[in-house]
Amino acid sequence: MVYILQQTLNALQLGSIYALIALGYTMVYGILTMINFAHGDLFMVGAFFCFIAATFLKLPFVPTLLVSMAGVALLGVLIERVAYRPLRQAPRVSAIITALGVGIFLENFTLVFSPYPQSVPQLIPNISWTIGGITVSSLQVIIILLSLVLMLLLDFLVRRTMVGMAMRAISWDKTIVPLMGVPLNLIISITFAIGTGLGAAAGTMYSLAFPVIDPYMGILIGWKAFIAAVVGGIGNIRGAMIGGFILGLVEIMVAAFLPSTYRDFVSFTLLLILLIFRPYGILGKPRPQKV
Amino acid sequence: MTTIPAEKKWLSQLQSLYDSILGRRWLLPVLLVLGLILSFAIPQFNLVNQYIQLILIYVGINIILTTSLNLINGYMGEFSVGHAGFMAVGAYISSILTTQVLPDAWLAWSFPLVVIAGGLGAALIGLVVAIPSFKTRGDYLAIVTLAFLMIVKSVIENIDAIGGPRGIPGIARLTTLPWTYFWTVAAVWVIRNLIYSRFGRGVLSIREDEIASDLMSVNTRQVKLLAFVISSFFAGVAGALFAHVLQFISPRVFDIIKSTDILIMVYLGGIGSLMGSILGATIYTVLLEVLRPLGMWRMVLMPLVLVLLMIYRPRGILGMREFRWFVPLQDLLGARQWRKKKEASDAAAS
Repeated sequence: MVYILQQTLNALQLGSIYALIALGYTMVYGILTMINFAHGDLFMVGAFFCFIAATFLKLPFVPTLLVSMAGVALLGVLIERVAYRPLRQAPRVSAIITALGVGIFLENFTLVFSPYPQSVPQLIPNISWTIGGITVSSLQVIIILLSLVLMLLLDFLVRRTMVGMAMRAISWDKTIVPLMGVPLNLIISITFAIGTGLGAAAGTMYSLAFPVIDPYMGILIGWKAFIAAVVGGIGNIRGAMIGGFILGLVEIMVAAFLPSTYRDFVSFTLLLILLIFRPYGILGKPRPQKV
Repeated sequence: MTTIPAEKKWLSQLQSLYDSILGRRWLLPVLLVLGLILSFAIPQFNLVNQYIQLILIYVGINIILTTSLNLINGYMGEFSVGHAGFMAVGAYISSILTTQVLPDAWLAWSFPLVVIAGGLGAALIGLVVAIPSFKTRGDYLAIVTLAFLMIVKSVIENIDAIGGPRGIPGIARLTTLPWTYFWTVAAVWVIRNLIYSRFGRGVLSIREDEIASDLMSVNTRQVKLLAFVISSFFAGVAGALFAHVLQFISPRVFDIIKSTDILIMVYLGGIGSLMGSILGATIYTVLLEVLRPLGMWRMVLMPLVLVLLMIYRPRGILGMREFRWFVPLQDLLGARQWRKKKEASDAAAS
């Protein structure tokens, strides 16, 4: 029982990281119906910004997090402006291929400057408490609480503010809403900034939890977070959070009770089974097909 | 009388030369035979060095991969990202056959059968992947193929008898230039014939509108199944050839990056075009080798070129247009007659 609870805690930690990345996918998808395949690599860039800020600038945790989030948010807006905006009217696959290209660019650009894996210094003093046999580290508490706070903030932003209303409106209809005076490009830029900023927060936390980072780390985690977004129902913000936690839970539980090499096999098989029964994800709604 | 600038004249001459070459369709079989002779002659007399021969083999393998993926992504309009998985199945089946099952003395003559076995194995898996495509489309099908790729990789990693994560070393180098040439031509030929058959019309109609094609009594399930099976068969063939030129395979070789590479080649050349696939595969493979002196900057420059190409030519080099030799004669004649009729009716109307 204690073992299960301990693993659940680990699952919450991993799940909150997946959920934060999945939010970036789902926000961009919701507003542009475009899969931003460079998002996993932006997560990686976030981890590297954290490394730079912590190693060379010797910043403590909170400024490091802010530097990383702001830097990646700027990068995300820049990528949208330079690479995705010219393709808004183009066929959808062209945008997807562009996103893949941007991702490869980010990986290899980072690789040129850092050919070897880097280790991130410990920014948070490692204190662990034992509560009823469960070991809780300070890092786990910070990761879980911080991601919950970020998610609640995002939920508030999307549901209760004017910007959020504009986002929802644009994801509803991209032709009519700008005619009502909603600044389309500004809202899309804000969406990209928030989505990639959350990815960078995930990158920072990931690099603190698993301190060895390399330029290719974003690929697999990015794809997995994308799967989490789909499991929750892509385009649905609460769905992405749920999907992230489910994926984290499944991965940790499989690794806890089966040989850890079975992890990918079991989690992806479960994904396929889920998609058979709920082809639009847990919270997604099937779009009616017009004939 | 206006004088035509010298360069314009030169260009128009080139244009007419190009047109006159395109008009001679009998050149195609001649060129194919010439290619076959060359593919034997090059390794025999060492016409080009080993390095270029290797690149030629890779170009051929990539053409097979690209044309077969184009059948699903370009002609049928789905988005499959699992092509490296089919390739892995073909590579593993063929490598197990050549390293563990067949005695060494048989290898030389049994290689084509081994390649076909790899292709058939991949086709069988393709059959399984095609079933979810009946219900899901678009992004969700992309996820299904992605999950399939991860599952294949994970299964291979967990079977110790085939090396697990360590892979299979010491595969005999059986892929030769003539065999690559043969399979490349076979893949392009088969897929070209499929596209212009009744079945191919079904594939195209699914891309344009699945519901409408279903209403027009296209058996969409059968068409999807066949398209996936054929595409994965050739991916398996390419995987088998790839394993026997690389001489070492491991699950890491066939990861998502490999799939991304194939996708990029398809969309670089342009969807819905066989010549586009051939060009895309050739240009991508050769360009990567030409840029090799740049070292690590090569892979920084390459995606930039891709992004720029997508911005200025979102449909790729030859998107939705076909090389005239690949189009059946009756289609060309039909198009010409239609154009004549339209011009006549336009003239009559105005």
